[in-house]
Amino acid sequence: MVNKRDNISYSVQDMIKKNKKNKGLHNLVEKLVPIFLFLCAGVSVITTIGILFTLLRESISFFREISFADFYLGTHWSPWTDHFGVAPLIAGTLLITCIAICVALPLGLAAAIYLSEYASENARKVIKPILEILAGIPTVVYGFFALTFVSPMLQYIFTDMRIFNALSAGIVVGIMIIPMIASLSEDAMNAVPNTLRDGALGLGATRFEVATKVVLPAAFSGIVASVVLATSRAIGETMIVTIAAGATPNLTFNPTESIQTLTAFIVQGAKGDTSYLSTIYKSIYAVGITLFIFTLLMNILSQYIARRFKEDY
Amino acid sequence: MTTNNVFKIEDFNLWYGSTQALYQVGMEIPRNEITAVIGPSGCGKSTLLKTLNRMIETVPSVRTSGTIEYNNQDIFSKKQLVEELRTHVGMVFQKPNPFPKSIYENVVYGPKIHGIKKKKILDDIVEKSLRGAAIWDEVKDRLSQNAYGLSGGQQQRICIARCLAVEPDVILMDEPTSALDPISTLKIEELIKELKKDYTIIIVTHNMQQAARISDKTAFMLNGELVEFSDTNTLFSNPSDKRTEDYISGRFG
Ligand SMILES: Nc1ncnc2c1ncn2[C@@H]1O[C@H](COP(=O)(O)OP(=O)(O)OP(=O)(O)O)[C@@H](O)[C@H]1O
Ligand SMILES: [Mg+2]
Repeated sequence: MVNKRDNISYSVQDMIKKNKKNKGLHNLVEKLVPIFLFLCAGVSVITTIGILFTLLRESISFFREISFADFYLGTHWSPWTDHFGVAPLIAGTLLITCIAICVALPLGLAAAIYLSEYASENARKVIKPILEILAGIPTVVYGFFALTFVSPMLQYIFTDMRIFNALSAGIVVGIMIIPMIASLSEDAMNAVPNTLRDGALGLGATRFEVATKVVLPAAFSGIVASVVLATSRAIGETMIVTIAAGATPNLTFNPTESIQTLTAFIVQGAKGDTSYLSTIYKSIYAVGITLFIFTLLMNILSQYIARRFKEDY
Repeated sequence: MTTNNVFKIEDFNLWYGSTQALYQVGMEIPRNEITAVIGPSGCGKSTLLKTLNRMIETVPSVRTSGTIEYNNQDIFSKKQLVEELRTHVGMVFQKPNPFPKSIYENVVYGPKIHGIKKKKILDDIVEKSLRGAAIWDEVKDRLSQNAYGLSGGQQQRICIARCLAVEPDVILMDEPTSALDPISTLKIEELIKELKKDYTIIIVTHNMQQAARISDKTAFMLNGELVEFSDTNTLFSNPSDKRTEDYISGRFG
């Protein structure tokens, strides 16, 4: 078919045929693109395997010197006096993580519900960027915030509490992960179709009932994913706890005490004055792999929870 | 004082932001009858329907003037709780929108949020509502399955059951069969005629045959105005307005 318009005549089919001649290069590109993309994806897989390999190799050589049982069942951690019971460090990490989640889960979810169910378009436009700024603050700044602001404030309440303590570090780790929970949960809640909200409103539900009994359950798997991601961040958080939680391995669940986490020990151990062949040096890897197991468990748990309570819409 | 009218609409105007969608609408909707609303796309049928249970307020830019009375009560008055209005004036939507929960949970959702907790009563409500929506026999053995596993027509009847479960007085239906095949449509039409005994039904439809088949009264709207509102038979056989005649004879719209 030949088109005529304003003195130009053309046929789309003819042009397509003509352009097909250049297809050779096109086809090559089409073939190369997936290979290139595969390689890019491969890099991250290979890196993960590499990290795991190093962790395992050094850990195995550590466990030749210190038995598995001594490491995981021992309750005294003092590597410079040859005590390698990791329980106090695990307790420290759990304590920080629990405090952080206690702070971040309610606040983050509340923020998400507000943003997705109540906020006007304008309010959302202001608040979302602020949350993102909060997420971008370097953790070292949070650490000093914990040490120089939160801790002294808390000392008004717990007068005999030391300046280095689990509570202030945990609270600030919590504040750090609020944006993550809020923003990812809000995405999940925003994805719930409005027809479901209408269905509930049409039955006489209040906005709060819509939020809690329709939107939250429908967005549940997304919310769990955000909480798990945030928990993993809390477990792995290093700078804040190194600065504000102290450096005293302590098998305690009393938040006002000074503690040390798995990550904080790795920092301390890796600071340079530990010799390359020493048991302490190797213990860093054993602690590292313990940390890795924790995050792995979190992921498995989240998959299970998400599948168990999934509401597909 | 009881009148035979559920809704009394007077001089009603509605704006989305600065564009007006309804102009001086006035009508009285009779109790225990089926009222159909027809008219070309964009003429304001859904807008009018959603106003009756104030669902329209989910659009922030909406402004209104004029009055709408439900059982002689101004629905926009400060005294009228919007949630309470919606328990009396239920709604079935164009696209089936069951909650992503079990069939049972879908039906008891309304009663539950209004504080009914007794298992025995809830069980009874489920059976009664599903029977009322003519779907009990199809789903009675799988009440705990997700409602999303049902066909579109079944989902729509679950939504009707969900609406019946709060024992409303009026049911608003916005093109409830437009997403369904002819057989499901027929089932739902039968159901609507059945429901008329206990409920007042207002149904928006694009399908003039459907309006003629099931309704007692029909309203014809055009460009935000109510052109004609009369007995269905009269409106289709002997319309008093030229525009109605043009529309039902397919000359435009
Ligand atoms: N949320 C909204 N914001 C702005 N304008 C709207 C909104 N919803 C509807 N309108 C406008 O109001 C007018 C009436 O819309 P309405 O949805 O009531 O039409 P309708 O008769 O239901 O049409 P259809 O048969 O296609 O469903 C239309 O011009 C539409 O563009
Ligand atoms: Mg409509």
